[in-house]
Amino acid sequence: MEQPPSPPPPPPPTSPGLGKAGVVPSRRLGTVRGGPMSSPPERRARLSSPGTSRQFSEAREEVRRRLRDLIEGNRVMIFSKSYCPHSTRVKELFSSLGIDYNILELDQVDDGANVQEVLTEISNQKTVPNIFVNKVHMGGCDRTFQAHQNGLLQKLLQEDVAHDYDLIIIGGGSGGLSCAKEAANLGKKVMVLDFVVPSPQDTTWGLGGTCVNVGCVPKKLMHQAALLGQALQDSRKFGWAYNQQVKHNWEAMTEAIQNHISSLNWGYRLTLREEGVAYVNSYGEFVEPHKIKATSKKGQETFYTAAKFVIATGERPRYLGIPGDKEYCITSDDLFSLPYCPGRTLVVGASYVALECAGFLAGLGLDVTVMVRSILLRDFDQEMAEKVGSYMEQHGVKFLRKFIPVTVQQLEKGSPGILKVMARSTEGPETVEGIYNTVLLAVGRDSCTRKMGLEKIGVKINEKNGKIPVNDVEQTNVPHVYAIGDVLEGKPELTPVAIQAGKLLARRLFGASSEKCDYTNVPTTVFTPLEYGCCGLSEEKAIEVYNKENIEVYHTLFWPLEWTVAGRDNNTCYAKIICNKFDSDRVIGFHILGPNAGEITQGFTAAMKCGLTKQQLNDTIGIHPTCGEIFTTLQITKSSGLDITQKGC
Amino acid sequence: MAVVVLRGPRGHFRWRVPTCTRGVRGAASPAGGQQDFDLLVIGGGSGGLACAKEAAQLGKKVAVTDYVEPSPQGTRWGLGGTCVNVGCIPKKLMHQAALLGDMIRDAHHYGWEVAQPVQHDWNKMAEAVQNHVKSLNWGHRVQLQDRKVKYFNIKASFVDKHTVCGVTKSGKETLLSADHIVIATGGRPKYPTHIEGASEYGITSDDIFWLKESPGKTSKPATADVALECAGFLTGIGLDTTVMMRSIPLRGFDQQMSSLVTEHMESHGTRFLKGCVPSRIEKLPAGQLQVTWDDHASGKEGTGIFDTVLWAIGRVPETRNLNLEKAGVNTNPKNQKILVDAQEATSVPHIFAIGDVAEGRPELTPTAIMAGKLLAQRLYGKSSALMDYSNVPTTVFTPLEYGCVGLSEEEAVTVHGQEHVEVYHAYYKPLEFTVAERDASQCYIKMVCLREPPQLVLGLHFLGPNAGEVIQGFALGIKCGASYTQVMQTVGIHPTCSEEVVKLRISKRSGLDPTVTGC
Repeated sequence: MEQPPSPPPPPPPTSPGLGKAGVVPSRRLGTVRGGPMSSPPERRARLSSPGTSRQFSEAREEVRRRLRDLIEGNRVMIFSKSYCPHSTRVKELFSSLGIDYNILELDQVDDGANVQEVLTEISNQKTVPNIFVNKVHMGGCDRTFQAHQNGLLQKLLQEDVAHDYDLIIIGGGSGGLSCAKEAANLGKKVMVLDFVVPSPQDTTWGLGGTCVNVGCVPKKLMHQAALLGQALQDSRKFGWAYNQQVKHNWEAMTEAIQNHISSLNWGYRLTLREEGVAYVNSYGEFVEPHKIKATSKKGQETFYTAAKFVIATGERPRYLGIPGDKEYCITSDDLFSLPYCPGRTLVVGASYVALECAGFLAGLGLDVTVMVRSILLRDFDQEMAEKVGSYMEQHGVKFLRKFIPVTVQQLEKGSPGILKVMARSTEGPETVEGIYNTVLLAVGRDSCTRKMGLEKIGVKINEKNGKIPVNDVEQTNVPHVYAIGDVLEGKPELTPVAIQAGKLLARRLFGASSEKCDYTNVPTTVFTPLEYGCCGLSEEKAIEVYNKENIEVYHTLFWPLEWTVAGRDNNTCYAKIICNKFDSDRVIGFHILGPNAGEITQGFTAAMKCGLTKQQLNDTIGIHPTCGEIFTTLQITKSSGLDITQKGC
Repeated sequence: MAVVVLRGPRGHFRWRVPTCTRGVRGAASPAGGQQDFDLLVIGGGSGGLACAKEAAQLGKKVAVTDYVEPSPQGTRWGLGGTCVNVGCIPKKLMHQAALLGDMIRDAHHYGWEVAQPVQHDWNKMAEAVQNHVKSLNWGHRVQLQDRKVKYFNIKASFVDKHTVCGVTKSGKETLLSADHIVIATGGRPKYPTHIEGASEYGITSDDIFWLKESPGKTSKPATADVALECAGFLTGIGLDTTVMMRSIPLRGFDQQMSSLVTEHMESHGTRFLKGCVPSRIEKLPAGQLQVTWDDHASGKEGTGIFDTVLWAIGRVPETRNLNLEKAGVNTNPKNQKILVDAQEATSVPHIFAIGDVAEGRPELTPTAIMAGKLLAQRLYGKSSALMDYSNVPTTVFTPLEYGCVGLSEEEAVTVHGQEHVEVYHAYYKPLEFTVAERDASQCYIKMVCLREPPQLVLGLHFLGPNAGEVIQGFALGIKCGASYTQVMQTVGIHPTCSEEVVKLRISKRSGLDPTVTGC
């Protein structure tokens, strides 16, 4: 059996050094609400996340527990130094308000330095005074006075612990659910609010957020359907024989995929129930700092309060704001459950969503055109992006570059109907028009942050894009409100990132660990017909950060063994790594274009986490015959200008 | 119809030993004098060619000899060795053919309307595979030419420490001498010696890829990875296939993984005769083969009728006709492999051995290639790096692929002790399996770690689609000294199978259910 973590120790002895006012071991919420001590053995086992709690020595854990007890056990807790004038000011403020407070003078306890260090981990603040009000980290002297002036302090002081929940999460997507489950695992009382506002085409779906319903999952399955179409063509070369007439049935595919999604929706609800998380299918909106209004589909309003909140509402597809867009166009919100085959399709945009959808629609045999305003796959390596595009072009996808749609008109209703699209050039007065059955907009996504009362409680958003800025512990400017996932400013919009961030946030909030989410070297894969996997920096970014002369790019074209007999394009798949010459040729960018790019990239990401260098790549033995092995034999540098076309094995 | 793989008693296949007559012709110089070549490589397989090309690139005068002794069934092939001709390449292509069969079945779940019946044409596949192999043979010859490596299609044997005698197909002899000689002759499939009809009627992996006609119902006595791979793709293209094995499958691999591999094959139509040892093979008047075996469990004798019997009971190194004693090169008398040191040197300092022929080396193409390349670099001063044979990743291309790197669970427990080993594991379901309604009961991952934080990763085992692609990167991670903590800090790529590796949370010790549910 895995070692369960030791039960929480008895309340720490009131050590002589611990504060003048002593410790009042009154409400220790962790245990009152079923902390590890009262949780069933199964939960305990999961609690012992190896490598996190174990990283800290026993002594350090002890300090952490003492601090947590102090923070949770006192309405106002001030960590200060006896000689610090700022600390004195804060103490005077609370005295003048007639509020009891507890003090720990770090210069008067034996292990003060240690305490300060752990305090930094807990609060992300190095200096004193360091003030906590009702378990919420207030900040230092200035922020306390500021909070006093704008009323936040008074609100915090009023709210005591009489909240309905320890944590309310708004948004039941990948990030929200992972955070909720983890918090519940830690014995907390948790609620998830999830509500899908129907798309302009009236599409709606179940619990689980974008990824499960209108993102990664259905997308990868439709991509797989397209790959199987390719496999059918290949299979004849490998000796399989059957009637030449092979047709694709959109409805059959969509039904199978939607059935799978329904089972996932159901699975999520079941999991939440098993974990004891309250799930409410209502729209959440802040009305007070700790109070939220939940509006159901039928318009029924209910109010809930919580000590802490996590915003995980994600994003929804953007519209162009041109005549006819909301009336006649669809987005990725609608495509995966479209009850009829979209037919001749115009995809507007060059995001990964646009290229992925265009790719699988073409793979299913549809006539597909992609209208691109400027570049493909912005923020991705542009050499790779162009290769992704040119492969699609070779396989029948048409590209209309440097055009933007101006109007969409319906010529005929139907399933699908007939639409006329007018577009104009971004470079001149030229216009084109085209007739399509379906127009799919994939021009970006907007955060769902503007209609949830954030302004009422003072949570700042970036007015331009609606994104929420947070510090490195996912905390917004309002201390008890956190945000994770796609709504975050400047963070990757990826399911696994949101899941990781959500889980770690819950652990930090409820004391299981202090580990922060690491947003560097996050891998991703674009599931275009030729898949593109990457991790780390693009070549452009690497040049920008390190300068061209300080990096070395190794690259090669390759021909997957399975493609040879199938007679598929040689010298199309491409592998590239970018190394930092002045740091032992450390790999700072990894890029692969080829089949199973996602499966290949994952392991290399783990290696990059461990500081992968070019030498280590050279020293590693390949697995033969795979595509991944190409990275163990990369020899040609881009700067050499040598030929990278493949000959022999 | 069936293919049988039998694991038979330890036996030795005897090659006809060539006699290089002493009529020494040409300028064979005595040891110590001026030699014809700087480097002579005997064996044009992956290792030999890599070594030769690297040496030539470093400006040396290099020769390669290669000669394929026809199999007892008369099969022969071109330059490139086992991997290219009768190993990895044709095997993975036929595996791909079988996977495509699965995909055709999946396709209707994804909306593709494929009219029945779907049939497989062995000849068409074999021809396509063979054409690709022939193009590789040609490519190897061109590469040797480009790098000015002299290629001799001769059967080589030692005359003395620096001289080798080569005999062509037509019996013409040539003497070649060199300062350094590398033996890279590889191995060939083993035939059982005490089973009546074994070599007369049975075939091996040397023949299967070059068969002109479908092997039909096949039986294979075996336990080697080759056996399961062949049985897997033969079943996959619709043949009735039986594997006969004396004891355990995939000896040397993690046993839990191995039994999952066979469990999966069984549930997909491959028959297994466990604990059975063939005793004789007879040809029936209709041309079919009757195999008789002893069932050790019941103590009874069983028989079955098959079209083809494929032996996959291991391989023997190609050292017997090299006249190694003439050069003073020592072999292990038990298995005839050549004894080598860390520098790949044999008992004779200027004679080296790499690849499958060398004692204690993994029998894998990429290890041979790297060993050959590094050897050439050491010999000709480009580098002093030794080949690191630890943590070599590999993949078995069974219908459900099995990729691994590092220690098996058994090895880890033996080396570090049960109480110091923590195993994290998960049963997962690949996303693509859901819609296709495929059974994922054997899709399983396990990571073997030290228990002491930060829990160094000792081994990783992955059973599922694209296992080779998944394992490659993690093999690097392990090379970089990855800990469990670091792997867990790695962000996944969604939705893939490999992301399940970075989500392994359940330890075996905890006894919790390792089935992955939800996302």
